[in-house]
Amino acid sequence: MSAREEVLARIRTALGEDRAPAPAVVRDYRRAGDSPADAALLALLVDRVEDYRADVLRCGPDEVGATVRAALDRGLGEGWTPGTVVVAPGLDDDWRPDGCDVDDDRPAVQLADRAAAVTAVAVAIAETGTLVLDGSPTCGRRALSLLPDCLVCVVTVDQVVAGVPEGLARLDPVRPLTMISGPSATSDIELQRVEGVHGPRQLFVVLAG
Amino acid sequence: MTATVPPKAPVFLGLPTAPRGVGHLRGTESFPDAARHELRNGQLRANLGHATATIRGKRAGVVAEVPDWEQLRAAGKAIKAATMARLDEHLVSLERQVTARGGTVHWARDANEANAIVTALVQATGTTEVVKVKSMATQEIGLNEALEAVGLDVFETDLAELIVQLGEDSPSHILVPAIHKNRAEIKEIFARTIPGVDPELTDDPRQLAMAARTHLRERFLRARVAVSGANFAVAETGTLSVVESEGNGRMCLTLPQTLITVMGIEKVVPTWTDLEVFLQLLPRSSTGERMNPYTSTWAGVTPGDGPQEFHLVLLDNGRTAVLADEVGREALHCIRCSACLNVCPVYERTGGHAYGSVYPGPIGAILSPQLTGVEDNASLPYASSLCGACYEVCPVAIDIPSILVHLRAEHVEAQQKPTAEALAFRSLARAMSHPWLWHLVQRGARLGRLIARGKPTLPSVFPPPISGWTRSRDLPTPPTRTFVQQWTEEHGK
Ligand code: SF4
Repeated sequence: MSAREEVLARIRTALGEDRAPAPAVVRDYRRAGDSPADAALLALLVDRVEDYRADVLRCGPDEVGATVRAALDRGLGEGWTPGTVVVAPGLDDDWRPDGCDVDDDRPAVQLADRAAAVTAVAVAIAETGTLVLDGSPTCGRRALSLLPDCLVCVVTVDQVVAGVPEGLARLDPVRPLTMISGPSATSDIELQRVEGVHGPRQLFVVLAG
Repeated sequence: MTATVPPKAPVFLGLPTAPRGVGHLRGTESFPDAARHELRNGQLRANLGHATATIRGKRAGVVAEVPDWEQLRAAGKAIKAATMARLDEHLVSLERQVTARGGTVHWARDANEANAIVTALVQATGTTEVVKVKSMATQEIGLNEALEAVGLDVFETDLAELIVQLGEDSPSHILVPAIHKNRAEIKEIFARTIPGVDPELTDDPRQLAMAARTHLRERFLRARVAVSGANFAVAETGTLSVVESEGNGRMCLTLPQTLITVMGIEKVVPTWTDLEVFLQLLPRSSTGERMNPYTSTWAGVTPGDGPQEFHLVLLDNGRTAVLADEVGREALHCIRCSACLNVCPVYERTGGHAYGSVYPGPIGAILSPQLTGVEDNASLPYASSLCGACYEVCPVAIDIPSILVHLRAEHVEAQQKPTAEALAFRSLARAMSHPWLWHLVQRGARLGRLIARGKPTLPSVFPPPISGWTRSRDLPTPPTRTFVQQWTEEHGK
């Protein structure tokens, strides 16, 4: 008998001949439903993201490009070289710094040479301060938001939802998803949080609209 | 051909538990003996006390701000129970989905089989180096030792695991395996073992984290094979998930050409929607954060993004034996948050090593003996004061104290010659399961007050075999009123 058959047979033995019906799952926890983000929800997102010691820059819908550049000024210091900034291939033209590098199908490890990356997000969850990237052209592949030490993510207000249930409902579970809540961090030394280990040490969120 | 005859279902005389001689589920000495050594280590106790107090405070704060925590907890428990009730169906569905999306699924009856599968997969790639994301399942089966035995170099990439590996130590906590080390000790390990480390390195946690980053960066960039565990796997979509903080997980899940994920069969959840419950429960319970820095999910292989070869190893190693116990199977609901360790007064004093298993603390006391068979971890069900704090904090509401009592009774049953303790626990278990008997026992305890004559502890006047117990312990004088009496008076029936 194969291991597969045997493990499945063991499970059937363990559960017995007459299985009790699987217990019902009552979902009476908060599932607010998807409604457009109001000012309070946006303020909550800002508060929660900043609590992770990430920086939030708010701007109007037409000011994204300038605000991305302002975020890069903070992260890399003024006078940064556009060629060291790599952006997701589908990122809106107006959001890209002039002369930046655009990700292509180069080996992923080459992205480690870049100082900063700029991407969009698929969803932002206010209550937990979480950005979700879904591997689409505007978010880029997973390595893009991982290897450069400074990450700038652009969130538009229509992408902001209240809680985790609303966030997951908007996502496609078969895409490679990365949920980002603040810069990379560790609590391994005396349970003190230290920001910045292997992922980007700096995270900037541009909230547009 | 004989293929027309349906194969007869094999008869199992008790389902197999995790095999001996491989992995890390059994200690070399009993819990009381190991605990006695650990208790002499004042530094360990100070480190643990500090760390568990910090995390308890953080957890309490972020749990209190969730108005529907109890509803989430109840949903988490129900999802897990529903999953276990149809575990075979969910695993078959998971297999189908992962396969349809370009992954390969392997099944492993036990630790030896899982180690052999992973070893062969790594060797087939021709590489000699493996990077690893922290995973309880691979520690349980002793995968690192198995890979090293055939000459492969294994690099743990989680900071705490790295500290443990470099210090030639063993993990003592599920979430923060190096919790027993303080910053000065970690600095000493790094200074001694990391080649080319900055000689000016101080014990500032930030500097230590940066030293780890530098040490591992190049390894990540050249790694061709990674091994991970999984926090959850969604049966209906084939989505695997790893919840982490540092980004070492993302490095391993993203950069190498080949990814091998080893997962206990109990980690499957039926639907994508179920994750909305666990992704709220887990981070707040474990690191005390609203959300952990990084959660990665993937389903099979995505062209142009991440590993192009994906293997999922589904591990039994005693889990089906746990499933067969209608009371004990709740231990399989554990999402490894470690909240129960951080509140346990026994864990806080002994630390994780005394439990002899990769699963320490209250969850270890109920899981390890069931995975190995209670005879191989006979002292663990007693490694608790039954105070109930673990049940209170458990995000999936596992009734750890009841399972402990159940396992004690089972251990006692298994012994041929009943000892006094065995008899006592057997009757205790019986009394606790019959309310009228329990009341009777408690009334009997009032007799003890007569012997005590107003002193807080009873005098050592008892004959053997009770004297064997009272020799090293004070027997407190029974209270005037029992908890149940008090409760009934204050709250009614
Ligand atoms: S038993 Fe509960 S509290 Fe303990 S680690 Fe598992 S899920 Fe967390």
